[in-house]
Amino acid sequence: MDIIRTVEAVWRRESAHLVVALTRVVNDVGLAEDLAQEAFAAALRQWPEEGIPENPAAWLMTVGRRRAVDVIRREQARADRYVQIARGAVPGGGVIDPLAAAGTEEHQGDDMLALVFIACHPVLSRESRAALTLRMVAGLSTEEIARAFLVPSATIGQRISRAKRTLAEARVPFELPTDDELPARLAAVLEVVYLLFNEGYSATSGPTWVRRDLADEAMRLGRQLTAWLPKEPEVHGLVALMELQASRFAARVGPNGEAVMLADQDRSRWDRILITHALNELNRAIQLRRPLGSYTLQAAIAGCHARARTFAETDWEAIAALYEALSQLTPSPVVELNRAVALLHADGAEAALGVLDAIAEDHRMQRYHLYGAVRADVLQRLGRHAEAAEELERAADLAPTQHERTLLMQRAAAAADRV
Amino acid sequence: MKVMVMVTGTPKDEETAVPTTEMFEAMAAYNERLIKAGIMLDGAGLKPSSKAARVVFEGGKTSVVDGPFTEAKEIIGGYWIWQVDSLEEAVEWAKQCPTDPEGRYGALEIRPYAETEDFGDEYTPELREKEAQLAEELRTQRGEAGSASV
Repeated sequence: MDIIRTVEAVWRRESAHLVVALTRVVNDVGLAEDLAQEAFAAALRQWPEEGIPENPAAWLMTVGRRRAVDVIRREQARADRYVQIARGAVPGGGVIDPLAAAGTEEHQGDDMLALVFIACHPVLSRESRAALTLRMVAGLSTEEIARAFLVPSATIGQRISRAKRTLAEARVPFELPTDDELPARLAAVLEVVYLLFNEGYSATSGPTWVRRDLADEAMRLGRQLTAWLPKEPEVHGLVALMELQASRFAARVGPNGEAVMLADQDRSRWDRILITHALNELNRAIQLRRPLGSYTLQAAIAGCHARARTFAETDWEAIAALYEALSQLTPSPVVELNRAVALLHADGAEAALGVLDAIAEDHRMQRYHLYGAVRADVLQRLGRHAEAAEELERAADLAPTQHERTLLMQRAAAAADRV
Repeated sequence: MKVMVMVTGTPKDEETAVPTTEMFEAMAAYNERLIKAGIMLDGAGLKPSSKAARVVFEGGKTSVVDGPFTEAKEIIGGYWIWQVDSLEEAVEWAKQCPTDPEGRYGALEIRPYAETEDFGDEYTPELREKEAQLAEELRTQRGEAGSASV
């Protein structure tokens, strides 16, 4: 076993609990996180030589509290707090039970949630929320976060300290949102989690494996949220959506690095364990019997693909209906384009064309090569090959990569041959 | 990474070591921690080997051996599937597992899943990243839900 990785693993397990417990002591989540980091630095120095302590949580808490006393001693202005903390700290540094500091097990869940909500607080920018969540909730180091976002460590360091300052200046309290606030605040949290997932899953840059770690991190955060907020359907829906997408990681790239489309993917390479877990989460979301949210609808669509043993067995009627629901909830030409594809497969070429016509004037669609590619599919189904060939040629001009351009030109030539 | 954690014990303890209410409670609390840490994907307990069978292939012959497997050195009693960052992380979680109060032998064997990603040496990160981006775009075309499509 690698000792540094072991220390990091223990840290990951304990860090969020430690930040929460120290926040209860110093009443400032930013300061608490700094103190926790100092405790971690001490662990990295001492544990490799002395071994991992019997009770690492208590060890970290003791060091964290001592650092708290040091810091506040230095800052005379906070003398009143020093008295408060000195009372809690045993002279000579006896072990303090961190569970006593953090409260009961049940309380801990609320505390962890409060930590997530403060990390994703609306006073912070979107990128700060993402960085702070990875740091405070997931226990990642500045370097790890910087690697994941492909920016220098200094940038992330500054982003995190600025975010902490913003929270302190805005005097954001460390508490759960009220029932009224919850929907909007939860949406902000889920947005951060899904942003992290997509940052990893879409892998628009950087080494794939690093990015995939980020997607794993997002799924882990999502699963933690389902444990803390079991009655919120969209939390389950988001976990299902992420896991269903991630289940196809291995199958979506071919042996020569080429992209493999859903229709052609080797479904035996889909991760069945993730799919099983995801479909359970999807069921939970649905069984909570609330109007289906956007994540749950998208997960349900992905679930239709996951359940189909072959592409031909795909339940396109169900997918078309789910896209219609999604379109009503979050209207967008891209959703409509997807709905048109589903309708085409469900053998409603006329209906698909109607949907495409309705978004034809949208400026995004006019520059989007896939719009033309889909429209050509529909036209060919209707026997209108000449028009299809024209669409494909136009789409080829818009294609972002040479690979796609070539494919579209080939299809254009094939369509023209059938006229 | 995904790991399978196999819970093993000795055949002689299999029938005799009946878990107490305290042990069940300790295990439930441990499972709860695994779930709240977001690492648990699956898990189950298995019936004792007296209810099991083994199909053995040797020297071109196939034979069936009914349980209990008294000759076996270790018997698998259950398993978990965890998603963790490293083998070290799995080890640290495994070390927190409640143990037998009477000190009977038990072991958790942690086996990482073979990932298809492991085959990836032949394609460069640059290639992969480019193609993954393309794949994302093509997903939209194929009527799949996803970030790019909403």
